[in-house]
Parts: sequence; C-alpha cells; structure tokens
Amino acid sequence: MTRSERHNLVTGLLFVSPWIVGFLLFTLYPVGASLFYSFCDYDVLSRPVWVGTLNFRDLAADTVFWKALSNTLIYAAFSLPLGLATSLFVAVLLNCDIRGRSIYRVLYFLPSLVPLVASSMIWLWIFNGKFGLLNYGLSLVGLPGPDWLGEQTWTKPALILSSVWGIGNSVVIYLAALQDVPTALYESAELDGAGFWRKLWHITIPMISPVIYFNLIMGIIGSLQVFAQPYVMFNGAAGGPNRSVLFYAVYLYENAFTYNQMGYACAMAWIQFLMILGLTWAATRLTRSHVHYGG
Amino acid sequence: MQKLTIPGRILVYLTVTAGALLFCTPFFWMMSTALKPIDQTMSMPPRWLPFRYEAMLDGRSSEVRLERRLDESALIVRETAGGARHLLPAGAVRDGQAEITDRNGGRRTAAVTVLGTVPAGPEAPWCVVSPAAAPAGSDAWTAIPAGELSRYISFRWKNFANAIRAMGDFPSYLKNTLLLCLLTVTGTVISSALAAYGFSRIEWKGRDKLFLVALATMMIPFPVVMVPLYCLFRALGLIGTLQPLWIGSFCAGAFNVFLLRQFFRTIPQSLSDAARIDGCSELQIFLRIILPMSKPAMLVVALFQFMGTWNDFLGPLLYLTDQKDFTLALGLQAFQSRQGGTEWNYLMAASAIVILPVILLFFFTQRTFIEGIATTGIKE
Repeated sequence: MTRSERHNLVTGLLFVSPWIVGFLLFTLYPVGASLFYSFCDYDVLSRPVWVGTLNFRDLAADTVFWKALSNTLIYAAFSLPLGLATSLFVAVLLNCDIRGRSIYRVLYFLPSLVPLVASSMIWLWIFNGKFGLLNYGLSLVGLPGPDWLGEQTWTKPALILSSVWGIGNSVVIYLAALQDVPTALYESAELDGAGFWRKLWHITIPMISPVIYFNLIMGIIGSLQVFAQPYVMFNGAAGGPNRSVLFYAVYLYENAFTYNQMGYACAMAWIQFLMILGLTWAATRLTRSHVHYGG
Repeated sequence: MQKLTIPGRILVYLTVTAGALLFCTPFFWMMSTALKPIDQTMSMPPRWLPFRYEAMLDGRSSEVRLERRLDESALIVRETAGGARHLLPAGAVRDGQAEITDRNGGRRTAAVTVLGTVPAGPEAPWCVVSPAAAPAGSDAWTAIPAGELSRYISFRWKNFANAIRAMGDFPSYLKNTLLLCLLTVTGTVISSALAAYGFSRIEWKGRDKLFLVALATMMIPFPVVMVPLYCLFRALGLIGTLQPLWIGSFCAGAFNVFLLRQFFRTIPQSLSDAARIDGCSELQIFLRIILPMSKPAMLVVALFQFMGTWNDFLGPLLYLTDQKDFTLALGLQAFQSRQGGTEWNYLMAASAIVILPVILLFFFTQRTFIEGIATTGIKE
C-alpha cells in the first residue's frame, strides 16, 4: 500500500465513521444479541439463560403465534397485489396526455403522508358500524353494511381496503418510471394497430418491470411488519374480535414488552427475518425472467 | 406517454377524477366531523357538512339540537310516575297505558296522560328539538313544524381548542415532537452526508464491499434489533427519555447514505481533482464544493427524516413512559384509547392537528419531495 493509498483509506474511513459506529452499535451488536437471546430465557431483569431451541419449539406449539402469522400472511396476500395493481393502474392513467396531471398526482399522493396513528383514527370512524361513512355509502346502493371492526370476518377486509389509501408513494415511483418509457415505442406499436391494453401489456409493463419489482420487494418487507395501524385500531394485543387482526409484529411486541418474554420475542423476530428473506428470494426467482433492465 | 382517442380520454378523466375524489373523502370527512357538534356526528344518514340549527324557543331565536324528524303524527304523553315526557306513535296509548322504550332500549308499560298531538305528515314534517345547551337525553325537548327550523352551515372551530385541551399535555407533545424532528434531521443530514462522501468521492480499499454491507443492513427488519436496543438503552438508564429516539440518527442510516451517494456520484470528479491540486483537504472539498452542490438531495433526506420522526409510533411507544415526554403521534393514540372512541369530533380535530403540519410542509416543498420519492425507486 502506497502512502497516498493509506492516506485515502484513513480519510475514507473517517468520513464513513458515523456509519461504522452506527453499524457496530445499532445493527451488528443488536443482531448478534438478538440471535443469542432467541435461544435464551430472558426477561430483562435477570441474566439470559440458555435454553437451546426451546423458544422455537414453544412457538411451534403456540396457537396464537400461528394465528398471528396467518393473519399477517393473509393480509399481505391481499393488500400487496391490490396495492401494486391499483397504484400501477392509477399511474398508467395519470401518464396519459391529460391536463392537470400534477394536481391529480398530489391528490393521490397526499394520503401516504398521513401519520399512521392519525389515519387509523380516520378509518376507525369511516368503518364505524353504526355511523360510519362506508356503511352509508353501501346503503345508498342497497347493500347492508357489516360491523366492519366488530365482526371477525370483516376486520381483515377493512384493513386491506384501508391500505389502498396509502399507495401514493408507489404511484409517484411508477409515474417517474413511466415518463422514461420512450414515446417512440408506443408510436410504432400504434402503427401496428395495438390498442391500450396490448400496449400496456407488451410495452409499459416490461419497460417498467424493474420498478414493479422494487415496489414488490418493498411491499413484502413492509406488509410483513405492519404494526401501527392494527395496534392503534384494535387496542394492541387484543387483536380485534377473535384475534382476527392480531398481527405478527403486534404479537411480537406484546411478548417482549407486556409479558417480558424477550427471548421468545427475539425468536419471533428471527423467524420474521427469515420469512422476509425467503419471500424476497422467491419473488426474485419468480420474476427474474420478467424483469428487464434496459440499457 | 400514450395518446388517446376522445372517448378514451373522457373515460380516463372520469376514472382518475372519481379515484381522486375517493382519495380525498377521508380528509373531507375528518374535517367535516372535526367541525361538528357531537350530536351531528352521530346521525344516520350522515350530514356532509356541519350545521347550526336555530328555532324560536320561548319567543327567542336560539340555537337548538335537532333530535329527530317526524313524518307521521305522534302523541306527546307524560308518564304518571316520574313525569317524564315521551313521544309515541298515534294509537300507542290504550286505557291510559302505553309501552315506553327507554334510551337504552329497555321496554316497559306505564300509565301515561296524553298532553297533545303533533300533526306531522309526510308532506308537513315536524322536528323534535332541544336547546343546544341542554344535555343529551334531557326532558327539555319541543316539537316544532320543520318549516320553523332554520339551518346554516357553521364550523365549530372551538372543537379544535377543546380537542387540544382533551388530548392531555398537548404543548409538551408538540415541543417533544419538534425537538426530536430538529435533532434527528440535523443528525441524519450531517452523518449521512459525511458517510456518503466517504462511500463515493474517495477511493479506498474495501470501500465498495463495505457499502454492500451497508445496503444489506436495509433488509434487517426492525423487530430483530428492537429487543437488544431496548435492553441497551435500559442498561444506560435512558428509558423514559427522548434520547433513544434521536441518538441513532447521528449514525448515518444506510438508506440515506444510499440516496446521497447516488447524488454525489453525479458530480464530476474533475471538480474534486482540481481542488486537490489547489491543496484542498477532503473535508474542505466536502464542505466547499460537494455540499453546496447537493442542496436538493440534502433537502430530500431532511424531509424524509422529518416525516419519519413526525409519524413514528413504535419508537415513542417503546421508549417513552411519561405523558409529558410523549410525541404527538403517541399522544393522539393515548387520547383515543383513553376516551374509547365516543367523541368523534374531538378525535378528528386532534387527528387533523397531527396531520396538518405534514400536509403544509409537503405543499411548500412539493417538487423536491416528489422528485425525491421518484429517485428512491430507481436502481443503480
């Protein structure tokens, strides 16, 4: 290593030192500790006691754990495709040559800025079984509105529906990507007589596939960690009627900070981490041949 | 961009407008509820706008509460025992006895005296009104012809003041939130810019490998580190203080480093080289050349961090124990769980107060914001 190389190494490391400190203190240490705790009986007050795979075996036998896991997966399985499709649809429409696009974009984007605690309040009110706006809307078209937040059949659909309100972020990301698709492609497709849907399927979607993939991965990571909205709307660990909206992250939080079962909670966290990695890997494998990175 | 035929264009306008209206409805409904008196929030069908009702009572025009509308004639009766007045359907009284439904739904048969008839009909409805100041369910109601009731759109701005008072220690919530925003924004901008500079503008051995490690840390879900972090701050005696919520921001987060690095890489290397020949140190190049050129990117990072801190719920929930230390988001949740969802007008007013600053900030920084989000979706 020459003198200037060594000099560069030292200055470079000095510049990135805030990140290195943060990495060691707030990532590497906690990740290691959490892995260790997941094999321990630990209640914060006394020292962690090694129990081997007991936490994981207990989890396998914990019906509430399975309930929380299936609630979360069901929520993700519906809200994720719904969000991806709706935001793409809105972005494609906004990308047509219409006036006032920036105003529409703002209107669709604004809700995604709303703090989750506040939007939870609004949804509690809109889904209210007795005086709620949604049930009024349903009654206008002659449908009887259920007690959305009080019946176990309807709690998950309510949360899934309300998640669509926050698609603004992906709409903006899609719209930026759509604006980079060369117009010439559409023009030549039009010469060949392609209509709206064929252009969408054969040009638009392949051209912005990297961004769809990005939104998909972000969606997987985000929807498996949903916490604030179910926690606020259904009073924490209660998890709504028959625990129908007890989400994974909420149950994990309760294990850690209500029951002081830190080891158990860490075991849950690691299972969650592995699930996210697994799903991301699967999504990458499945979409690999459909994601095209242009030159 | 796609060209459209005329019917196609109309269809697109209709769809995006309908969607946009749907997306605005929750905001509108929040504001409308926030400005209503409590009785108007609980009406079915709901009223879109807050109203003020006035009627002549005792010869004076005064504000009243509309209890209900009568489309059929009814009997005003007085219960012999207790003297409470009730409004019953015509023909409900037999031999001085009538079945009476209580407010809570219970039914009983009681002896009554008929005081009078309300001659309401489908063509000429009547209204049951109470003085606005009378408590709900009081016996002070009167029946008047619907034509004598006047209605104005009227916003109860004082609901906001009441909501602020009902939330608990609102001034502290606001102060804590702003303080945290200030500290985390400062910390993030400084530390991420330094780290991003080190990861992009200086060549050193192992740099790109270390940056890959940084990117990989973005995959780690917060729950994995949540428990050890809590234990760490507990051991340091920081639970119940604001410190755990901002200390971390001074240690550049991978996402912000990534964003800034992307931007720094677009600045020509020749600028740095020229400065180096002139004898500038890396720190001088960073401060005098790179930073001034990167204002838009720094603003994006600052805005994202501000929003993140303002909206954060889990962090304050974990670390804050005393109400005087709460942030606005946590204070709002505490308010809701305390009052159990009954005073919807105050709850919506409180929510609006938490939302409004974010919306305002967005409108002032719209361009930067939208462009910032658009770039997060673009890979290298």
